[in-house]
Amino acid sequence: MNELAHVSLQTPSPPRISTERDVKIDAKDINIYYGDKHAIKNLSIAIPDRAVSAFIGPSGCGKSTFLRAMNRMNDTIPSCRITGDILIDGKNIYDRDLDVVQLRARVGMVFQKPNPFPKSIFENVAYGPRIHGIARNKTDLEEIVVNSLKKAGLFEEVKDRLQHPGTGLSGGQQQRLCIARAIAVNPEVILMDEPCSALDPIATARIEELIDEIKQNYCIVIVTHSMQQAARVSQLTAFFHLGVLVEFGDTDEMFTSPQDKRTQDYITGRFG
Amino acid sequence: MSDHIVRAYDEDLASLKTMLAQMGGLAEDQLANALAALVKRDMRLADQVIQGDEKIDSLELMIEEKAILTIAKRQPMAKDLREIMVAIRIASDLERIGDLAKNLAKRTHAVSDALPRKLVVGLTRMGQLALSQLKNVLDAYGSRDSEKAMEVWHHDEDIDALYNSVFRELLTYMMEDPRMIGLCTHLLFATKNIERIGDHGTNIAENIYYLVHGKTLRDERPKKDLTSTTIFETPGVK
Repeated sequence: MNELAHVSLQTPSPPRISTERDVKIDAKDINIYYGDKHAIKNLSIAIPDRAVSAFIGPSGCGKSTFLRAMNRMNDTIPSCRITGDILIDGKNIYDRDLDVVQLRARVGMVFQKPNPFPKSIFENVAYGPRIHGIARNKTDLEEIVVNSLKKAGLFEEVKDRLQHPGTGLSGGQQQRLCIARAIAVNPEVILMDEPCSALDPIATARIEELIDEIKQNYCIVIVTHSMQQAARVSQLTAFFHLGVLVEFGDTDEMFTSPQDKRTQDYITGRFG
Repeated sequence: MSDHIVRAYDEDLASLKTMLAQMGGLAEDQLANALAALVKRDMRLADQVIQGDEKIDSLELMIEEKAILTIAKRQPMAKDLREIMVAIRIASDLERIGDLAKNLAKRTHAVSDALPRKLVVGLTRMGQLALSQLKNVLDAYGSRDSEKAMEVWHHDEDIDALYNSVFRELLTYMMEDPRMIGLCTHLLFATKNIERIGDHGTNIAENIYYLVHGKTLRDERPKKDLTSTTIFETPGVK
């Protein structure tokens, strides 16, 4: 049909990532091995600043492995080997002269299970700023603790019991305490490894609200098993499968019209 | 597409598709019967159409309920989400087509005299065209054939063109003989209904395009319905 000529019927163009975002983390040709197992294969990704990027994919697809590579958490695993470059603000975090302790202050991490220190709520948050020498004096430290707790949306609930143990809080509160602890050292990047998987829906909603509020100041990367959560909290979504980054693009497009059949099958619940 | 891990999810989507196919078949029948009733002035057939509309309406409700329940239960994503949204939209277009067919049937009662031969030809051709457009677009939905849907989308201008000519014809009759005004006014509405049915067909075509490609059709459709802007001069009145 000639009349059809002006209607485009081809498949949509490859995924676009909004160009106006600044790149914070630039990973190039990453390969990660656990002994013989090739966990991440030739992965390259540019993660934007001041936005939430979600990593989704079936269990064992490598998303957590890559997340952990971004603050060198895999260094502690003897069999783990990594090749390629991960640049944060243009600086390779695998350079020999890089101070890993400093790196982990810049790149904070929140885990699946809330893991507060067996100390008071105050000490949980104050620990990081103290060892990194961020606070000049006691008042300064108190201010940092209070501000961090406020940013994490926890202050109102705990202000009368800052000296109580952090482990005495509810699961959702503990997770927000861990976020406050991560924020306290002024990180630039916050990595979250399934931060809500141990929480009930209300506590999950609080964390999501918190992520939404703080995203304008940080580069946030979140690994999640909940597709709905990825759709709700992130601006960009990356889909991993068998160690390969299949697709990375704007979340809105990813969940309404993904480009790759594997992504489509996974997010619609068809994966075998 | 391969099956969902949860089989009941496949069943939910399949039942939506089945109900929509049923609704489409009913809408086709209703339109065919309404046209036949009008042209042949068959009152019994007209009544049958008027009563039959209820079934289309209730199917639309069932589709809506099923769609809402599926969204609530499964939190559909990507193509599944489009599948459900498109089912709701197409059901609403089919419901409107049913209403318009019903209205055509109602007018059969109002048309007391035999229609002039030439008008029967124009009306029948318009009706047949609308009917085949509806059939094609429903086939395109059934087979997820976006190209076929686009053909329907482009062919709507044929209905519009015919509508213009029948419209002019009716005006001529009215000018020639004021006793024809009552009949012709009903027929004007009847043809307008058919033209509207064509438009609902294009809506369905657009939804099929969205369903298949995951993006909305942005092109302007060529429109040939000029009756809304045409100025007519009455002979003898200056």
